[in-house]
Amino acid sequence: MRPILMKGHERPLTFLKYNREGDLLFSCAKDHTPTVWFADNGERLGTYRGHNGAVWSCDVSRDSMRLITGSADQTAKLWNVQNGSQLFTFSFDSPARSVDFSVGDKLAVITTDPFMEVLSAIHVKRIARDPADQSGESVLILRGHQGRINRAVWGPLNKTIISAGEDSIIRVWDSETGKLLKESDKESGHKKTITSLTMAADGSHFVTGSQDKSAKLWDSRTLTLLKTYVTERPVNAVAMSPLLDHVVLGGGQDASSVTMTDHRAGKFEAKFYDKILQEEIGGVKGHFGPINALAFNPDGKSFSSGGEDGYVRLHHFDPDYFNIKI
Amino acid sequence: MVQGANGAVEKPSKMRWGELEEDEAEDLDFLLPPPRVIGPDENGIKKVIEYKFNDEGNKVKITTVTRVRKLAKARLSKKAVERRSWPKFGDAVHEDVGSRLTMVSTEEIVLERPRAHGSKPEESTAAGDPLAQVGKKGAVLMVCRTCGKKGDHWTSKCPYKDLAPQSEAFVDKPSGPEPTASKSNAYVPPSMRGGAVERAGTEMRRRNDENSVRVTNLSEDTREPDLLELFRTFGPVSRVYVAVDQRTGLSRGFGFVNFVNKEDAERAISKLNGYGYDNLILRVEWATPRTN
Repeated sequence: MRPILMKGHERPLTFLKYNREGDLLFSCAKDHTPTVWFADNGERLGTYRGHNGAVWSCDVSRDSMRLITGSADQTAKLWNVQNGSQLFTFSFDSPARSVDFSVGDKLAVITTDPFMEVLSAIHVKRIARDPADQSGESVLILRGHQGRINRAVWGPLNKTIISAGEDSIIRVWDSETGKLLKESDKESGHKKTITSLTMAADGSHFVTGSQDKSAKLWDSRTLTLLKTYVTERPVNAVAMSPLLDHVVLGGGQDASSVTMTDHRAGKFEAKFYDKILQEEIGGVKGHFGPINALAFNPDGKSFSSGGEDGYVRLHHFDPDYFNIKI
Repeated sequence: MVQGANGAVEKPSKMRWGELEEDEAEDLDFLLPPPRVIGPDENGIKKVIEYKFNDEGNKVKITTVTRVRKLAKARLSKKAVERRSWPKFGDAVHEDVGSRLTMVSTEEIVLERPRAHGSKPEESTAAGDPLAQVGKKGAVLMVCRTCGKKGDHWTSKCPYKDLAPQSEAFVDKPSGPEPTASKSNAYVPPSMRGGAVERAGTEMRRRNDENSVRVTNLSEDTREPDLLELFRTFGPVSRVYVAVDQRTGLSRGFGFVNFVNKEDAERAISKLNGYGYDNLILRVEWATPRTN
């Protein structure tokens, strides 16, 4: 395949998200300006100007009208996707990191980092239909994570919130009462910071990626560990194909090779694994730096990766990708 | 005007050259054969053959060969089609069509299937020559430290295990081995501490590095696989390296190729120096100034 290279960001990429229909790709980076691209040919549509800090993540509503972004400037902003105008700003005491719209886009979960005396927390905000009615009040604030929360998403049917972060424990919270329902098992769980979490399209299972060079597949309801995928590099980003049973992991430099870095360009790869057999299917090389973001198009026929090098690489699969057999 | 046999008046079919003026040369286009388009074949190759008059008035045939590639077809929903016609906003407002933000990669990237370590690729190796495996992915160069022979056996299986290392080993070293007793207070680096065995091994590697060829004036998207393909016809290659600028990802224009055999390196230098490769003329020479 011939990947399409998009160099719209001057700084490393942090997050990538496709809209529901798969025709728009939103990219967030440390350069304060989330960008939206057309997902078929990589043409840039526009940028959202307004943040004063690195943008850590974003989410788009199902109708592709609203975009929410979380940034290190201690705010999360709501944007009009079409023209880039700001609709609302949620302010916090510490950098905002992970954002996620609920099913139905009526609520959003925003996590904040620990900062000075403030501990990390998960905020649930109501999203009003009319931006004029929007209020900044939190419906619910969940505390209990030690260390930074890297990703928090809604569980199936919005009944739960699933969060994971630096303390390598995955927590499942009740979204109505705020009670902590489950924690992942320490023995079988990750041993180091969980950097990324991605939910399956139907919400029944999710994959977490961690600096301990592995990714794990969990059941969303029972938090049972189902599968583990082992790599040689710390995992920064995970993605699941909505079409085939593939899991993609993107990662960083092996810590031990930092001083003897292999300067051969384009060596960082996104690794494909069979979701059920846990075996490596292959890798897609090309990035000049660690891969920080991965996203699959909802139609499963293309995916994009964002790296430390500031590039977004959009790959449309060749027909033989769909015939891969182990 | 010529009158045809049936009495109708016909226009002259050929202009009298004396009546033509210089700047009406374009009107002669009808004298040229019509352009032909040989439509995209199964590889997507399309040929367009046109005929023109060049500045000297000579008939010139111009053949343009293009490769027609089909980009992925996106089936867009109605809403998506609407979104396609949204005006650009933010930083994209002043974007011109020529902006190089979005580019299709010139490299063909494949989903590389993992190969079991050490398994041989399907390419045929030179008959019986274990050295031919060198330079191919996954193969290993067997080096015996004792006798310095490549490719035959490992050190522990060396038939000449008991014999002293070859005397050539000392030729390149600037100073002979110094027993620690003579200068007991001075720091003696490990390589000179008296382990002759390892020296033979490094001699082996150094000998290989004497077969190092420097290639300069490489085009900016040349990479290791390209050099490997180019140089392997001269013999087994043990290592290829292309210097790449980390920031831009472009080749810095030079690289090194290590041959297993010196004669192959010599032939490569004589054949490829001055060779045109990807729009630049290569310069191929020994990596170190000395040749013998």
